[in-house]
Amino acid sequence: MSTVAVLQGGRSLERQVSLKSGARVEDALQRLGHTAVAIDVGADLVARLTDVAPDAVFVALHGRDGEDGTIQELLEVLGLRYTGSGVAACIRSWDKVLTKHLLREHGIPTPDFHAFSETAFRELGAAQALPAIERQLSFPLVVKPAAQGSALGIKFARAAADVPAAIVSAFSYDRKVLLERYVPGRDLAVSVVEREDGEPVALPVVEAVAEGRDFYDFEARYEIGRTRFVCPAELPEGVAERTQELAVQVYRALGCAGFARVDLMLREDGELFVLEANSVPGLTETSLLPQAADAAGISFDALVERILAIALERAAA
Amino acid sequence: MTGRTPPRSTAHELERYAGLFAQRTKVMKSSAMRDLMALTERDEVISLAGGMPDTSSFPADTYASLMARVADEACARALQYGPTEGFAAATRCIAEVMRAEGMEVDEGELLVTTGGQQVIDLVCKTLVDPGDVIVAEAPTYPGAVPTFCSYEADVVQIELDEDGMRVDALEETLDRLEREGRRPKFIYTIPNFQNPGGVTMSLPRRRRLVQVAAERELLVLEDNPYGLLRYEGDPLPTLYSMDGGQFVIYLGTFSKILSPGIRLGWAAAPRPVLQKMNLGKQAADLCSSSMTQLFVAEYFASGDWREYVDSLVEIYRGRRDAMLEALDAHFPREAAWTQPQGGLFIWATLPDYIDTTDLLARALSENVAFVPGRAAYLDGRGGSSMRLNFSGSDETAIREGVRRIGKVVAEQVGLYSTLTGAAPVQAPAAADAPRDAAGLAEVLELPRRGRRAGSGRPAEADR
Repeated sequence: MSTVAVLQGGRSLERQVSLKSGARVEDALQRLGHTAVAIDVGADLVARLTDVAPDAVFVALHGRDGEDGTIQELLEVLGLRYTGSGVAACIRSWDKVLTKHLLREHGIPTPDFHAFSETAFRELGAAQALPAIERQLSFPLVVKPAAQGSALGIKFARAAADVPAAIVSAFSYDRKVLLERYVPGRDLAVSVVEREDGEPVALPVVEAVAEGRDFYDFEARYEIGRTRFVCPAELPEGVAERTQELAVQVYRALGCAGFARVDLMLREDGELFVLEANSVPGLTETSLLPQAADAAGISFDALVERILAIALERAAA
Repeated sequence: MTGRTPPRSTAHELERYAGLFAQRTKVMKSSAMRDLMALTERDEVISLAGGMPDTSSFPADTYASLMARVADEACARALQYGPTEGFAAATRCIAEVMRAEGMEVDEGELLVTTGGQQVIDLVCKTLVDPGDVIVAEAPTYPGAVPTFCSYEADVVQIELDEDGMRVDALEETLDRLEREGRRPKFIYTIPNFQNPGGVTMSLPRRRRLVQVAAERELLVLEDNPYGLLRYEGDPLPTLYSMDGGQFVIYLGTFSKILSPGIRLGWAAAPRPVLQKMNLGKQAADLCSSSMTQLFVAEYFASGDWREYVDSLVEIYRGRRDAMLEALDAHFPREAAWTQPQGGLFIWATLPDYIDTTDLLARALSENVAFVPGRAAYLDGRGGSSMRLNFSGSDETAIREGVRRIGKVVAEQVGLYSTLTGAAPVQAPAAADAPRDAAGLAEVLELPRRGRRAGSGRPAEADR
């Protein structure tokens, strides 16, 4: 049995969700007979890790630091084994712009997009290119921060007049924004978990279904209680398999390890588009990965055990 | 090893619980905002988001001697259950506070509650069936929003201006509701130094509101936590005093004049309403804390309770002034804010292209926090406004906090100008420049919904 440090909390905007994920992972580890040590990530992180000297570190951090490769880099330096993806894969999936470029290079469909830094607008007159971008992407379009783990800062622009305010909001979270063509269709998510032999396996597809109201009313659409999650998603013949294959392709293209979640859109004509990948997807009671695992007959404890086993097998740097 | 008791948990079980949850639990505010608000409690954050009085000004030795006296004189009573309506020793103090605000109350028409918040809950419990209409102000007290939601009320919000709730708009709304065959159960208002608006209802409006309630036989819930915290101007009569106890339910509290930690508030209401509220309170918690009721009784017996209130008024007046000065110095011309004569809050409204929920995320990276305006609405409005509290931080922290918010606002204003090719950002107003009085009306004119971009993907269920 192992001593496992469970990293959680931290300063990210997703601190609360991370604390829930972390607590749940701790409980599972205890039930599995391991010694779990909770660490709320802060200025004393290195000291705490040195003190605890764990056999492995379970990264249950969401958002900045935990998903962008920062913590992973530190764990590499300390020579500690840790769960989930390595530094490079974290960087690649945290930055949605980088993700989309990589997907393009691998021939994986992702909605058309353009991305700009704040500097481009402030110093290079990128604002003057907005009409051209709007023509290329057409309305409605989605404006989002290049990097932000949760739904925060994502706006839906119906017309040119909405775009500047949406960009300002997105810059509240990151120094780079992404303008993306809106793909109408069904919201799908596929979690990928590695088998004991290291082979990534896609779990059943989860669909987020908005209940009632105007389709374009995003405010209503994403209010809690107005979205229902269906797992496995009820999809036409063969679509689930295609979605899962695509998710595994994304997982490989980004170089993920252990587990990850891929978010996609299924357009009305049956075409699939990948939106993003999450290197540390939520592990709370309502999160999609645990729901998908459950639908595949994998209990939460078994899921945690498997994620930990993969980390322990991976040689420490 | 952690000491947590391992709960059994699988997704299957979650689904089983989900089936047991009441319909009303589904009516919840966005978790994204909730999660952001949780971050405002970090030590390094200057939080202008809370609504906390400055309890550090209460003398520790006074607290100690009062508690010692409760122990000496009434230990067994303090540790025992009390009557649901409260101890007579406590209601006498309440009557004294109400008298100080110009109200004569029969102690039999009082119910001691667990904070003022419980009054809102009990009024809803007594009056509201799912789908019933509650009329509230726009914006309204953010803490009442979850209460209204949990009773599945249909909340209709009436605009405020510098004279408080627009009673003409209220009458139009009541007419419309009547045509639709819907009768509101009660009208919720904070006439003094409104939370979050910071404005005070004028005397003519108070008169008219009381008349409207009597003419239409509608109940009014008058929430008055801050009436005694007035920093300038003359007090206005409460609705309760004007109505003579016919249609006004009065909510009072010791939270802002003594301590929120003692969790004591009260309701004064027409007897039939009070009797139902009493039954509701029995079901909720049997009685409020005996210990703190006896503490209050000792406190009132030990000296003049108004001295401490006066000392708070001095402290808060300085803090309000510091905040108003800082806003003048650090907020852009395009912003407007209320000038409260008392209470704890200032309501500021930014240009409508700034979303204050997103701005909070940016502000948190500068270690400063406020309450995004959407928290004060049930219909998604308020997206460009914010509530700022000046009672819970000292003047230095207030100045620094407002400076930091001003900095991120200026950044966004500048960026927006760049994006739209509009004129360059104007310099912040000079500290001594008097603010246009007409601007006040603008402050409470809230952003129109249609023009704003919608918000994005799922938050809670997603991770």
